[in-house]
Amino acid sequence: MTPKIPLLAAAWLVLKKDWQIEWRTRARLTAIIFFSLSTLLLFSFAVGPDINTLRAHAPGYLWLALLFASVLSLGESFRIESENQALTGLVLTPVEPRAIFVGKVFGNASLLFVLSLVLLPVTVALYDVDLSRAPLQLVLVLFLGSVGISAPGTVYSAISANARARDVMLPLLLFPVLIPLLLAAVSATRFTLQPDPQEQVGGWLKLLTAFDLIYLSVGFLLFPKVAEED
Amino acid sequence: MPPFVPLTLFALVVAAIIAHVAVPSVRGWLWKPIAGLGAFMLVALWYLGLVWAPPEQFMSDVGRILYVHVPHVWMALLAFTLNVGCAVAYLMKKSFVTDALAESAAEVGVYFGAVGVTMGSIWARPTWGVWWDWDPRLISTTVMLLAYVGYLALRSFTEDPERRATWSAVAAILSYVSLPIVWFSVRWWNSLHQVQSSPSTVDKPMVQVLRWGAITLLCFLYVFIVKRYQIARSRQTAAMELPPLEAPRPEAA
Amino acid sequence: MAEQLAVEAVDISKRFGARWALARLSFGLPQGRSLLLTGHNGSGKTTLLRLIATASFPTAGTLRVLGHDARAGRDQLRPHVALVSHASFHYEDLTAAQNLTLSAKFLGRGGEPNLVPELLERMGLSERADSPVRQFSAGMRKRLAIARLLMKAPKVALLDEPFGELDPAGIKQMEGLIRELQSQGTSVVLATHLVEQGQSLTNERLHLAAGRKVDAS
Repeated sequence: MTPKIPLLAAAWLVLKKDWQIEWRTRARLTAIIFFSLSTLLLFSFAVGPDINTLRAHAPGYLWLALLFASVLSLGESFRIESENQALTGLVLTPVEPRAIFVGKVFGNASLLFVLSLVLLPVTVALYDVDLSRAPLQLVLVLFLGSVGISAPGTVYSAISANARARDVMLPLLLFPVLIPLLLAAVSATRFTLQPDPQEQVGGWLKLLTAFDLIYLSVGFLLFPKVAEED
Repeated sequence: MPPFVPLTLFALVVAAIIAHVAVPSVRGWLWKPIAGLGAFMLVALWYLGLVWAPPEQFMSDVGRILYVHVPHVWMALLAFTLNVGCAVAYLMKKSFVTDALAESAAEVGVYFGAVGVTMGSIWARPTWGVWWDWDPRLISTTVMLLAYVGYLALRSFTEDPERRATWSAVAAILSYVSLPIVWFSVRWWNSLHQVQSSPSTVDKPMVQVLRWGAITLLCFLYVFIVKRYQIARSRQTAAMELPPLEAPRPEAA
Repeated sequence: MAEQLAVEAVDISKRFGARWALARLSFGLPQGRSLLLTGHNGSGKTTLLRLIATASFPTAGTLRVLGHDARAGRDQLRPHVALVSHASFHYEDLTAAQNLTLSAKFLGRGGEPNLVPELLERMGLSERADSPVRQFSAGMRKRLAIARLLMKAPKVALLDEPFGELDPAGIKQMEGLIRELQSQGTSVVLATHLVEQGQSLTNERLHLAAGRKVDAS
């Protein structure tokens, strides 16, 4: 009867809807960008002005800034959905919950990815890193890392959006799970920006990819339980 | 001891827990002999661990904390495994029994994990000269602990019992999936530490005491979980006590 | 099947924590007929509508909508059931037109260029089509929600307090729309406090008190 649109098409619509909302309320994106800028700046104050230390730890600072920003953007992403119960509205339209998951993950990931690209020149200015060693590989690391934060993050923020004390709940649930991702992303970034005598970067990239795939699949399976009431 | 014995023991404990949950007549007495056995074995463990076993080759008497530290971490892992089993079972078929069991397993697991990590930290001080050491096992356990503290916080911050059960089951699965990834990545990230000591590289008497300790704590694991389960169940019934559903009144013409 | 039932509830109950929101409710609504739901605040009207819309599922009992089990057959029946409730389901930061276009695309009707403008025109929202919903008044939100329901052309339309927040002209229009839906064979389930208005629009009545069916008096 009614033509049921395929899962990926629905996911694409969800993703475009998120972009549309993001574009209409640019203030939010701007706020998150400036939030992570000040985080990066704070790291240099906390560590001190020694440029060698700063340069050596720049990958760590970059990913911590992204991680903190991700808590804000993920929380925001499901605040939109819980306002007016829009998520329920989508499910009843009907939109397959799994399509919503895929769309939201890549919506959140694209936001973080853009944010990370914006932060790169800042790391050059603040920490004097050299981006020219393997720029494409760096972009790949940033992309994989953004997806990796968003895949479990989307499930957890869907949960915490409706819980009490949601601002505390999200990082409390998300950060422990993200520790392997943080290790892999920071190491991969380090060996992309700095010499990699033992050629370790390949292994870390594999770990990043594996992390993404595992959490994309687990989230894909579990998200319907969160999106639909029993 | 053949390798399948630990697994068999764990299976026995799970079977005993299931018996406790499913068979009301068992509930009153089964925990008593097991608690008694645990208490007896604990007393014996003091003697075995502190007197009978020879001092460790490299760490001397400090190494004796391992007899309780390592089994504690094992018990935490077992409890979390039970927890994720209940979470999967809950998502497949809604039941407040599995939800209550998941809650008890997680809480008991956090207890054993916290004690285990604290002991690990105490052990690290004289051994490596620092309270905290970037040993993969210690970090993985700590991360695991954090994840399950988040799980318990989520439970206490969600009012609606059905949502709490569903959400925490999802959170439990996500956390459990992360355990092997955390373990693997941390080990790889910091590969400068001693290789994992499997029982074959440790002295024979040590292994025996370690196993004795594990079985002792297994008894306590059982008792804690079933007792905590009873509390969880009675809280559930208290919170969800409902007026009986009478049949609808006959329709007025 | 002799007579297709739009909604068939067999002994359904719904609990929220320590409270039965609905208790052992049974009724049947033949396809094409309409039902008036009355009862005080908290009597279970909204819960019942949400169950029929498959936004939530009964704790016990069997609920069939359009012949499908509400839980197991939710994928089949969701395209034919539409709910207008207190929560408007809109994205506050999208415009009225964008919200409707999004629904149209999900419904596989993205290729009909006139669909959204016509619906907006009908609901008197054309002038504000490009304003974000955040700037809308409560009445305008309700109109937008109705537009969304009309787009779906449902077989079962669930209306939770459709007259609330509307001005007199809006109420008149709302009545007209309900009659139009009914003339197309749609079963309307109407929950409202305006009993007389509701009774003039519906064939049957279900009065709820504390989640139970009682005689309306």
